[in-house]
Amino acid sequence: MTLAATSPRDLLGPLLHRLTGDEKHAPSAHSTLDVLWVLYDRILRVSPETVDDPERDRFLLSKGHGPAAYYAVLAAKGFIPDHWLDNLAGPESRLGHHPDRLLVPGVEIGSGSLGHGLGLGVGTALGLRAQGLTTPRVYVLLGDAELDEGSNHEAIAYAGATGLDSLTAIVVDNQSATHGWPGGIASRFAVNGWTTAEVDGRDHAALERALTAHRPGRPHAVVAVVEPKWR
Amino acid sequence: MRETFVTAATELLAEDPRTALVLADISADSFAPAARRHPDRVLNVGIREQLMVGVAGGLALTGLRPIVHSYAAFAVDRAYEQLKLDLDHQGVGAVVVSVGASYDGARMGRTHMSPGDVALLDTLTGWTVHVPGHPGEVPGLLRAAARHDESVYLRLSTQVNDLPRPGADRLDVVRRGSSVAPVVVAVGPMLRPVLQATAGLDVTVAYTHTPRPFDVVGLRELLPHGASGLVAPAVVLVEPYLAGTSAAVVGAALTDVPHRLLALGVGRTDLRRYGSPDDHARWHGLDPAGLRRSIAAFLAEDA
Repeated sequence: MTLAATSPRDLLGPLLHRLTGDEKHAPSAHSTLDVLWVLYDRILRVSPETVDDPERDRFLLSKGHGPAAYYAVLAAKGFIPDHWLDNLAGPESRLGHHPDRLLVPGVEIGSGSLGHGLGLGVGTALGLRAQGLTTPRVYVLLGDAELDEGSNHEAIAYAGATGLDSLTAIVVDNQSATHGWPGGIASRFAVNGWTTAEVDGRDHAALERALTAHRPGRPHAVVAVVEPKWR
Repeated sequence: MRETFVTAATELLAEDPRTALVLADISADSFAPAARRHPDRVLNVGIREQLMVGVAGGLALTGLRPIVHSYAAFAVDRAYEQLKLDLDHQGVGAVVVSVGASYDGARMGRTHMSPGDVALLDTLTGWTVHVPGHPGEVPGLLRAAARHDESVYLRLSTQVNDLPRPGADRLDVVRRGSSVAPVVVAVGPMLRPVLQATAGLDVTVAYTHTPRPFDVVGLRELLPHGASGLVAPAVVLVEPYLAGTSAAVVGAALTDVPHRLLALGVGRTDLRRYGSPDDHARWHGLDPAGLRRSIAAFLAEDA
């Protein structure tokens, strides 16, 4: 399988079908799919060979819900064997409905309970900095509804106040937060001193630009807008 | 103990580049000199305890040894899910150092009390729990905790015993009774009132500053063995947190030994009273007179 000759949809579609047994829904049913693909294909400096390298970039899936797209991308990129996808959340499966870092190579954190990834990401960024590891970036993927959890706002305020510039938060916005975010999600980050970008979460080129638009001295937030979860 | 901790942690940060301290404003002034010397490893996140523990988890994921510090009510009770998920579930550990204990902050009321912290940690996996009874025990416990990667809870208190007993990670016999004497185990700062309460009684008093892992081997060795088969050996636990916290551990250790157990500690009721730590000790029956009444009544049941 050569990635260059295959579109991401063609590559990931069959993997997603293996995971979900769902032939009806297109890969676009997975809100995080394009963001994850762009991250692993174009942004993250991590490979199956460097999952333990201190100099690797860290990707933390905070929004542990619906990780099928994550597992599919990890399989497509060789972090896990394809056959792991066949028995999702089965008694012998390493892949569950929320990922466990101790079970899956390349998974940086176990997540599922919402609102934990950004705090862990802040700590990871601080730990790398304290050890003089200035090359790696820390990317944390959240959902717009996940931002309901107050723990995120502890991390957003602190990272902004201290200018933690090796941190990038990506919020996939499918408008699933029960009470919404009047004034926009990006403004919550911007008011705390983050640089922000809001892009079409299906546009790979736009995602790549936004994910590389961080600036020295400030953490960076990318809001990736996709189709609303509830129509 | 808090001052001793600040001094010991400040030295540790200077000596060991793997250590990092995460604060949520509590004791930040005391650590200001350390923060100036090690700005990348002394991190005050503000009044954000969830973030404090989350950051500790992230630091540990990069290989550092985080030390987290706040009131017990905030470091454990409030941030319980972060301890469970950001440390335990990630397969990493931290050293959590609390102040305030069960009711050191009695004048501040229930919000600053944490009698349930050790019981909460008992719901997690593999935590070592130190409850020092004297400031002199604190530096050794902190240094030992900094040398590995497991999770350690260090519960500091303003209640102190007369003398440090640094080696008491195992049960340390302070007063030995006869071969038939019941065993009274005093945890941390409970030793002082226990010694007063049991003056003149034929009991063996053993002390530990490390209730987890509990020294079950030592306890079995101390059980009265000269007693007739008709009288089950008696064990009294005196703990400075929720009564009965270690009862399950002791029960599991003695499943094959008929025994009687009295587990004393802080009661479950919110008394809705301020006052001093001494007042609360009295109200919970943990002052010398109250302990004497409970222990004497329990031992009289044998007679």
